[in-house]
Amino acid sequence: MSSDLKDLYQQVIVDHSKRPRNYRVIEQANRRVDGYNPLCGDKVTIFVRLEDGVVKDISFQGAGCAISTASASLLTEALKGKTLEDAERLFESFHDLVTGLQPAHEEPKLGKLEAFSGVCDYPTRVKCATLAWHTLRAALKGEGESVSSE
Amino acid sequence: MRTGTELRIEAGPEMKTALDVQKIRQDFPILRELVHGTPLVYLDNAATTQKPQAVINALVRYYTNANANVHRGVHTLSERASALYEGARETAQRFLNAASSAEIVFTRGTTESINLVAQTYGRANVGPGDEILITALEHHSDIVPWQMLAEEKGARLRVAPVDDRGEVILEEFERLIGPRTRITALAHVSNALGTVNPVRRMAGMAHRAGSVVLVDGAQAAPHVKVNVQELGCDFYALSGHKLYGPTGIGVLYGRLGLLEKMPPYQGGGDMIRVVTFEKTVYNDPPHKFEAGTPHIEGAVGLAAAMDYVSGIGLERIAAHEQELLEYGTRALEAIPGLRIIGTAPQKAAVLSFVLEGAHPHDIATILDRHGIAIRAGHHCAQPVMERFGVPATSRASLAFYNTKEEIDALVKGIHAVQEVFH
Repeated sequence: MSSDLKDLYQQVIVDHSKRPRNYRVIEQANRRVDGYNPLCGDKVTIFVRLEDGVVKDISFQGAGCAISTASASLLTEALKGKTLEDAERLFESFHDLVTGLQPAHEEPKLGKLEAFSGVCDYPTRVKCATLAWHTLRAALKGEGESVSSE
Repeated sequence: MRTGTELRIEAGPEMKTALDVQKIRQDFPILRELVHGTPLVYLDNAATTQKPQAVINALVRYYTNANANVHRGVHTLSERASALYEGARETAQRFLNAASSAEIVFTRGTTESINLVAQTYGRANVGPGDEILITALEHHSDIVPWQMLAEEKGARLRVAPVDDRGEVILEEFERLIGPRTRITALAHVSNALGTVNPVRRMAGMAHRAGSVVLVDGAQAAPHVKVNVQELGCDFYALSGHKLYGPTGIGVLYGRLGLLEKMPPYQGGGDMIRVVTFEKTVYNDPPHKFEAGTPHIEGAVGLAAAMDYVSGIGLERIAAHEQELLEYGTRALEAIPGLRIIGTAPQKAAVLSFVLEGAHPHDIATILDRHGIAIRAGHHCAQPVMERFGVPATSRASLAFYNTKEEIDALVKGIHAVQEVFH
C-alpha cells in the first residue's frame, strides 16, 4: 500500500471498520438520531443515554464505508462518560483534525481519534468521517430525529 | 454487440478492420494525464466521457472564427454561427436517423429533454387517473419528472420490475400497460447495470395500447447505433457529454407530428413568430422549444463529436467494447468475494460490482490512488440499488478508448483494496 493510503487507512480505522465497537441498540436511550449522507447513502443511528449532562452510555448502528463506520465506532468509545461540554470540545477538535486545522482544544485529548489525521488529504472523504459526529451533536442538543451531513 | 434487432451489427466495410485503440487514444489529450504519479485509467465513462481533440478544436474554431448570435443577425458572423448551429442539427438528425431536422430539439441534456416532454406533452395529455409507465432500471432523471407530473395531474406512476439479472420482466411490463397509459418511458441502456432494453419490442407493446414512448438514450447513444425510426419511439433523449461532446448540450428527438401539437416549453426569444402584448404566435418546431440564445458552441461541439464517433463507426465501437466487457467480466468474476451486479445477456460495457468486506467508497478512493477512476455510489438510481439489496456499488464503465491493459490495472487495484481490508 502506498504511504498516503496508509495514512488514511490506519490500522485502528481498518480494525474498527471491520469490528465496530458499541454496535447495538440502547433500549433505555433518551436520545436517538439518524444521520444520512445522501451523496453516498451512508446511514448511522446514534443512541445515547444522557444523565445529568453526562453520556452514561452510547452506541450506534448503520451502514457505510470504512471511514464512516470506524468514525462512529471510535466516537462511541471516546464519548462514554464525557460531559456535554467535553463532547462539544471533542466535536470541534475532531472537525479541525479532519479538515486540516490545528485542533481547537487541548482537552479532552483526541487519543485514538488522531487516526483520522489522514482524512484531510482526501477532501471528498471528510463527510464520511464527520457524519457520526454531526449526528451525535444533534442527539446531544436534542434536535429532531434526523440529520444530514450534506 | 450480440443483441437483437435494435443493436444488430451490420457487417459494413468498416467491420473488416478492428479498432486501432492506441491510435484512437492519441486523439484524447486527457488520456496522457498522470494521476498520483501513474497514468490515468479512466473507467467512469457512464458518468461522462473524455473529449477528442476534434471536439476541442471545433470549440476553439467556433470562438476564433464564427462567434455571433444565431437566427437574427444579417452580418457575416451571425450567418456563420447560424449555419454551424443548424448544421449541427442536421448532423444530429443523421446520427439518429430522424426523418427531419425539425425533429431535433437542442436541450441542456437528457434530463432537460425528459423534463421538456413531461412539462409539455405530459401536462397537455395526462389527466387524473391516467398512468405513466417506467421501468425499475431508470435513472432518477427518468423517474422524478414523471413523479412531478403525476403528482400535479393526479395521475399514477407505474413501474415495471426487473429480474435478478437486471432485465425488465417483459410479461410484467406488458401487463402494466393499460388503456390509461399515456406515456411509457424507458432507458435504452441502464446506467447502473448496463442492461440493454429491447426497445423496439417494448415500444410496440406501448403503442398498441395508445401510449407514446420516450426513450432515455443517455447511455445508449455512445455505444450503439441509434435509429429512432427503426426503434419506433416517439421521443429519444441524449446527452452530448456522454457522447464525447461538451457538457450542457443534449438532444430531444420528437416525432414531428407530436412536436407540432405540443405546447411550448419555455417562453422567450427565438421560440416566437409574432409577439404583441395581446397575443404571441409561436414558432414552428424545433425552435418553439428553444427559447433564448442557445448553447451554440455546445451544439457545434456535439456535432463534431457525432462526426468523430461516426467516422470510427459505432459498429466497430460496439464490437470493441463488447470484447472489453467479456474480458472484464471474466477478470472480475475471478476475484474472490467480488459479485457483479447486472448480468443481463444484452449488456453495454458497464461493470457494476460489490466486493466483500470493502465499501464502494473505499474502493474508489484506493483505486484513485492507483490512477484508476471509477464511480462509487448509487449512480442516481437508488431504486435499482434497493432492488439488488445493496446501498451502493462500484462501477467501471468502459469506452472504446479503453484497453485490456486498463482492465488488468483495475484488477490489480482491486487486489490492493483487498490488501487494505484483508
